[in-house]
Amino acid sequence: MVNSLFPLTVRDAVSKRGGVPLIGPIQLDLKGAGITVVMGPNGSGKTTLLRLLHGAARLNHGSIRWACDQEQARDAQTFVFQRPIMLRRSILDNLIYPLRTRGVSKAKAQEQAEHWAERLGLGGFLSRQAPSLSGGEQQKLALARALITDPELVFLDEPCASLDARTMKAIERILIDTRANGTQIIMSTHDMGQARRLADEVVFLLNGKVHEHTPAHDFFASPQTPEANAFLNGDIVE
Amino acid sequence: MTHRILSTVCALLLATSLQAGETLRLAVTTSFHNSGLADVLLPVIAKDLDLEVQLLVVGTGQALKLGEQGDVDAILVHSRTAEDAFLNQGFGTHRREIMYNDFVLIGSDTDPAHIQTATTAADALQKIAMAQTTFVSRGDDSGTHKKEVSLWKTAGLDTEQFGPWYTSVGAGMGAALNTASGLNAYIMSDRASWLNFANKGTLVLLYSGDPVLFNQYAYIPVNPEGKPHIKYDLALKLESWLVSDEAKALIDSYKINGEPLFVFNATY
Amino acid sequence: MGDFWSGLGQAAWLVLTFDSDLLAIAARSLQVSLTALLIASLLAMPLAAFLAVRRFRWRRNVIALMNALMGLPPVVVGLIVYILLSRSGPFGILGLLFTPSAMIIAQVIIIVPLIASIAHQSLRDLWQEYHDLLISMNVTQGQKIRTLLWDARRALLTAALAGFGRAIGEVGAIMIVGGNIDHATRVLTTAIALETGKGDFALALALGFVLIAITITVNFAVHWISRTESEGRW
Repeated sequence: MVNSLFPLTVRDAVSKRGGVPLIGPIQLDLKGAGITVVMGPNGSGKTTLLRLLHGAARLNHGSIRWACDQEQARDAQTFVFQRPIMLRRSILDNLIYPLRTRGVSKAKAQEQAEHWAERLGLGGFLSRQAPSLSGGEQQKLALARALITDPELVFLDEPCASLDARTMKAIERILIDTRANGTQIIMSTHDMGQARRLADEVVFLLNGKVHEHTPAHDFFASPQTPEANAFLNGDIVE
Repeated sequence: MTHRILSTVCALLLATSLQAGETLRLAVTTSFHNSGLADVLLPVIAKDLDLEVQLLVVGTGQALKLGEQGDVDAILVHSRTAEDAFLNQGFGTHRREIMYNDFVLIGSDTDPAHIQTATTAADALQKIAMAQTTFVSRGDDSGTHKKEVSLWKTAGLDTEQFGPWYTSVGAGMGAALNTASGLNAYIMSDRASWLNFANKGTLVLLYSGDPVLFNQYAYIPVNPEGKPHIKYDLALKLESWLVSDEAKALIDSYKINGEPLFVFNATY
Repeated sequence: MGDFWSGLGQAAWLVLTFDSDLLAIAARSLQVSLTALLIASLLAMPLAAFLAVRRFRWRRNVIALMNALMGLPPVVVGLIVYILLSRSGPFGILGLLFTPSAMIIAQVIIIVPLIASIAHQSLRDLWQEYHDLLISMNVTQGQKIRTLLWDARRALLTAALAGFGRAIGEVGAIMIVGGNIDHATRVLTTAIALETGKGDFALALALGFVLIAITITVNFAVHWISRTESEGRW
């Protein structure tokens, strides 16, 4: 897939809420490495950074530039929230929804939705109401719903927080397939193991700023800063 | 989906505005309607003239207002002064007397003011005022209310000076009768409303017969000048039916509980 | 108490004998109020959804006004509609006064704020739930509104039923603008007022029972329909 979004250039980006800066100023250059994992201690601003890049948090200062224009960029990316948001509809209708809002025909949307449900192991109960699914099933459904439109970039905010190992494995499998398809992924995670398994590059956040941005291999082998080193060792970083 | 909803709305709106045959709107007073005479006359009119008369049952004041604004084609009321004013202002073309009935004085069967022995209507009212027993007045500026006020005046009394025993309810004849029944009070009613009234309780007819109590009904077609929607020709057609021999027979023979109510007195 | 039992008996008699006047009056009540409900819903629900998803300067004031208008006295609505539709009024040319259309207009005005307020509450809650998702999906304003309306449809049904209940039970406004004309604009509530005026409490009560029966039937029917739908889906 030809990716029109990258390089992404972030300069002096600041996001505030109620006048208090949540993160920033951020300087970041992403070239589309495959899976970019955002790491950092609690409260370092991982979620806010993802939202800010996605355009779901307010940019109070600075700039975020995609390779294409803003509207095109918004259309080419999707977001999976830490707590999945289910439409009060069936599994099938949740999957169809993003396709239909983009003008895909009913028949074609249905076909794709069935295909994705099958892939997630949800094919047997397409007509079940999504809000009645378990947390893991909801997260898988949210992921499928984010991927079904074949976006160029997917944001995932802690996609596997509090999920069992099996579901986590299924989700990682899908993420690896997705990367192989040429879709870029920017995700945050708490899970060091998951980061090691998936990351192509790491953005390490500390106190709302990018503290380190290196290829994954380098980050895990020899972090450049003492804070990142401490974080990797499981020490408390402030 | 949207189209289906819209077409349903249109269909429903059309359905509500469709009306069969020719219709004429006639404003009448509650007391006339309560008499039940309309239920006898209207079907015959529909048959003879192929005309559906739609009755708007309102007080005299509103009936005249409806005519003035052109919302009805004719009015049938019983308040001479107001009728003359209506004609003088040019809202109606002419006034045609059709029939009369009479007002009666009603009260509890114990008759605390002893109006049963009264010699005239004025005498009866003076007795009520003297005893200061509860009296229910329509108080709604209707023809009946205006008549009542003028009778007090004839008796040399001013309703403005009365104490709390004079209860003004601001309601139609039926509602006022309901109130009087609840309070065991005196009340003046047209005979028809009284006879048709179903919630009498201890109320009985105590005084009637004084010619001042007669109640003349008149028919006034609304002046179509500047009001092109007024069905003046239909109003005239109805007028000529109302003064016909057939109408005379129906009106004179109309009875409630064996009592005649109306006296036809239209002149040709 | 005697009136109560004879009213009940008379109601049963009227219903069992399919009294043609009663049927016509009841049918007219339903026709007027259901039409008013349909029109009011088409106005109120998109308005409620719009107020839920769209932030604009006067939004809070519009919502407050809408809530306040829920308490609009019907008799005042009736009077205003009457003056507007009267032949000497600005819309007199349409000749709508004393027709079922006039009654529909009055009822629409009375129930739009009610339906919009109730609908807005549930749509606002749903919007809080959906906000992040729909923003991230970059859907259009119209799609947001349609999504909310569809997914909150059962709550909207409740709002509609509240509107229907107020419409079919309303008497002050439609008495004024409809004129309570026999065979033309007489509906159950105005007929009840008329019979009460005549002191015929039994007949008034009979009509009242029929009115209550219709309201309950419509409510049950709607709940039954929405339940069968949900059973198939959950």
